Amino acid sequence: MKSYRTLKTALGALRRNVMRAVLTTLGIVIGVAAVITMMEIGNGASIAIQRTMASMGANTLVIVPGAANTSGVNYGAGSMMTLTPQDADAVDKECPAVGSVAPIVRARTQVVYGNRNWVPTYIYGTTPSFLEVRDWTDPEEGEAFTEHEVRNLSKVCMIGQTIANELFGGQSPVGKEVRIRNVAFRVIGLLRKKGANMMGMDQDDILLAPWTTIKYRVVASSLSSANQSSTTSASSSEVNTLNQIYPNLQQNLYPVASDTELADAPKPIRFTTVDQILVAARSADRVPFAIQQITALLRERHHLGAASPNDFNIRDMTEITKAMSSTAELMTKLLLTVAMISLIVGGVGIMNIMLVSVTERTREIGLRMAVGAEPNDILRQFLTEAVVLCLLGGTMGIILGRCSSYVVNTVLHWPTAASMGAIVASFIVSASVGVIFGFYPAWKASRLDPIEALRYE
Amino acid sequence: MRDIHKTYHLGEVDLPVLKGVSLNMVRGELLALMGASGSGKSTLMNILGCLDHPTSGEYWLDGQEISRLTRGEQARLRNRMIGFVFQNFNLLPRTTALENVLMPLPYARDYLSEHQMKQRAADLLQKVGLADRIDHQSSQLSGGEQQRVAIARSLVNHPQVLLADEPTGNLDSRTSEEILQMFQQLNAEGITIVLVTHDPGVAQHAGRIIHIKDGLINSGTSRSGPGCDA
Repeated sequence: MKSYRTLKTALGALRRNVMRAVLTTLGIVIGVAAVITMMEIGNGASIAIQRTMASMGANTLVIVPGAANTSGVNYGAGSMMTLTPQDADAVDKECPAVGSVAPIVRARTQVVYGNRNWVPTYIYGTTPSFLEVRDWTDPEEGEAFTEHEVRNLSKVCMIGQTIANELFGGQSPVGKEVRIRNVAFRVIGLLRKKGANMMGMDQDDILLAPWTTIKYRVVASSLSSANQSSTTSASSSEVNTLNQIYPNLQQNLYPVASDTELADAPKPIRFTTVDQILVAARSADRVPFAIQQITALLRERHHLGAASPNDFNIRDMTEITKAMSSTAELMTKLLLTVAMISLIVGGVGIMNIMLVSVTERTREIGLRMAVGAEPNDILRQFLTEAVVLCLLGGTMGIILGRCSSYVVNTVLHWPTAASMGAIVASFIVSASVGVIFGFYPAWKASRLDPIEALRYE
Repeated sequence: MRDIHKTYHLGEVDLPVLKGVSLNMVRGELLALMGASGSGKSTLMNILGCLDHPTSGEYWLDGQEISRLTRGEQARLRNRMIGFVFQNFNLLPRTTALENVLMPLPYARDYLSEHQMKQRAADLLQKVGLADRIDHQSSQLSGGEQQRVAIARSLVNHPQVLLADEPTGNLDSRTSEEILQMFQQLNAEGITIVLVTHDPGVAQHAGRIIHIKDGLINSGTSRSGPGCDA
């Protein structure tokens, strides 16, 4: 018998008892709907976990300058000043796997407010994208500084909770002025509490300001004492390279030497350097690509030949990444187990009803055999019925599952995420459930003796 | 159809239902099998209809020895050669008359188009006088109408033999008469018909009556046509 005729016969048989067909499918409908909902909630949870992990820095990379080496004396990591703000811009523009980039200029010095003072663990000069990289946008109070303020060397800063407590007690710090090495900074934002990082360092003990301000107004005056081991002197105040980055900026910080003066007293050209560049890959699993792209780009920018080693290092958060991937894996396994169980329950339901159906339709089977249906035809008809039921159930289940996950999302505000994989998988699984659990009843039907079957009451 | 010759023994320790029956049947015959219940006429009918294997003996149908066919081969033979009419009609519930008649067609492997199939079924329903009941469900039909649908269904694959097991057992006398006349008409068109019954009135319509008693052919009486041998 042609397969579409088998399908038609099976559909006809199902149509004769619509209510039972619907109730039979209910098992599969609920099973598949449960799978889809579980998968979507699970996916949402897993994405939420990943996002949390990302805020801990799983997708961040740190580019630090390489180690300086003079006549056999190695000065350790970060002692060579090779990274420039232009490098940071280039990484941002030219590496597709990179989400956001923030150059960092570090300082360690006293911060004073009124009669109180404090030495923060971190004083970072950076750009607003630092907050994106560290997933630290939306300050608790006030606002972040802008690209414009970076350009203008504005004396503004954001401070973390720890500093706010130490310097301001219970007061709101926004709008107040703190002094860093006698430069007055207006506090324009208070960062949210972030707690300690994995090394136990207090991440709230931080002060953020435009990197230009830190570089030229704070560090410039102190660098020689803070980092005397630098081979390439970082006291680059004599060369104002801001014009390179921001050509529109007309303001000159220092008197510019005339051409004649420059010709008379040639000076080595010094670049404005930054202490490190913080990079966020677009997602945690793209970190390796980001590393590749950045390495290639920086080698090219620094004119490094094939033989010379990198003059920078890139560090990633391997530990966090590992924890993240093992969490995701566990989550998937858990969901898969639940999915399997609910589908098997649905399948047993189908088998049960198909067996009842075979018994109930014994006469019909006998008749079909009498008019010339081969055992194979009967087998195929009942198998087709089971598979059709399961596929219908699967389709309905997918729709129901999508709806219920939508409801869960809107009413309970649980994070959910659509999962194409789950939809395809549950469709395939419900079809195979139909075949597996439909086979025994169908086989039983095909083994019936037509005489017995016709006589069956 | 050529001559059927069949012998059937169920001569074991358990119930011997047919104890050596030989029967010749001629193409185009209208034959009545009569006997009390338990006489073995249903068993004989099942063997004639290729639903059952004889324990021993031979069954020649249309020049083919068919008592040793596999189930699949039997099924194909039934589909092609034999139509069944049952006492309780055996229509599919919640199905229209047309669909009931269509039912055996897909099992035949001559791959008619949908349209051809419907045409053939509708023609047959018209032939049995139910042209206006094509779309009625089986439960909406009277007993006689149901039996006529069943006859149309048995004819749909153009069988050569029609086996009717107590076709009038569930019908009143007037509709019985109509059904039997229909059988006679079909017989006149050349279809061999075997009527199984215990009602002598029904058997009277047959060209030849065979009495079965205790698994043996008791006597055969013939009103016309060739005689029989027991």
